[in-house]
Amino acid sequence: MTRSVRLTMFFAGAILLTIFFVASLGNVPAVGDYPGPYGNVLSAVVVYERHVTNIVTAVNFDYRAVDTMVEESILFLSVAGSAVLLRQMRSEEKKENDDRKLKDSEEKTSIPSSSDATRGFALLIVGPMVLFGLYIVTHGQLTPGGGFQGGVIIATAFLLLYLAGDFTRFREIVSHTFVAIIEGIALFTYVFIGFLGMFEEKAFLQNVLPFGRTGDVVSGGTIWVLSCATGIAVATGVLEVIYAFLEQVLEEWSR
Amino acid sequence: MQHLAYFVALWVLLAGLYGVVTSRNYVHLVACVAVLQSATYIILLAAGFRTGGVPPIFYGVPVGTRTVDPVVQALMLTDIVVEATVAALLLSIAVQLHKASGTANPSELEALEG
Repeated sequence: MTRSVRLTMFFAGAILLTIFFVASLGNVPAVGDYPGPYGNVLSAVVVYERHVTNIVTAVNFDYRAVDTMVEESILFLSVAGSAVLLRQMRSEEKKENDDRKLKDSEEKTSIPSSSDATRGFALLIVGPMVLFGLYIVTHGQLTPGGGFQGGVIIATAFLLLYLAGDFTRFREIVSHTFVAIIEGIALFTYVFIGFLGMFEEKAFLQNVLPFGRTGDVVSGGTIWVLSCATGIAVATGVLEVIYAFLEQVLEEWSR
Repeated sequence: MQHLAYFVALWVLLAGLYGVVTSRNYVHLVACVAVLQSATYIILLAAGFRTGGVPPIFYGVPVGTRTVDPVVQALMLTDIVVEATVAALLLSIAVQLHKASGTANPSELEALEG
């Protein structure tokens, strides 16, 4: 369909949506007028029940830990899907061709090398960034943070290595097989922790480890362990997706 | 304006949808889909907001202060993971399309030939 037809349909749909939206906001309470019970109940009991101070992480990794497990499987699925969609559809001699072409395409690559400013900045910031990501992951139950946020920070720190150097350096530092294996282990750890509860004849993913003292780093029972496992799984998963996209660089070089 | 946040979400949704409809580049299209998904975050967070409420973190804050709703914030975290997933898969498709047809413009694609 042509562009004008598309635009006409879009504007008609937008006007209809606006009309229905305004009509449906009839008795909705105003923004800021929170009536519901769940927020009040959780704010009142979580600190005493689980000895953690971050309610959002407690909801994510304890009260609704099943949802987070499904989220991690969604992430794993996207990693596998990206790797499959970007797979190199050529013959098996490709691997030897790759290594040979890598060596003699160092001079005639069309990708410009990074500037000194980028390299200097990346050198300075990679270490603190990994440390910061680990801090966010392990202190998820005390201050804002958790597995997902810290995992992405750690993965971005490794991406800075690619930005500072080129793909060969990145491949030497971050081994692809290692990343893939660690991702599988981290996901397996999450499900295994869930089975700990069933060994004691309680529910799956029940919080059965000792709770500790509120304010400690190791507190909240399984909340801390699940947060760390999620952090590692997300970091390695994002690195896998980055690998799938960066392998395209090899294809560009060998063309 | 007691429902202002919901109208902001509607505006962001329509802006993202307009970008998707009139896009001339696949990468731009993926960014517009991400903007679309941000509209749902705004609705979720606005539904759980409480005027004068503190964040639901009690580190240094006495238990009993009125906080905003933590459940919708947990929902939003999972929502962001889904957005990253969708963006990664869409970008992979965009890369393969560019390699196969040489163009990144959606309207320049020819129909599939069996």
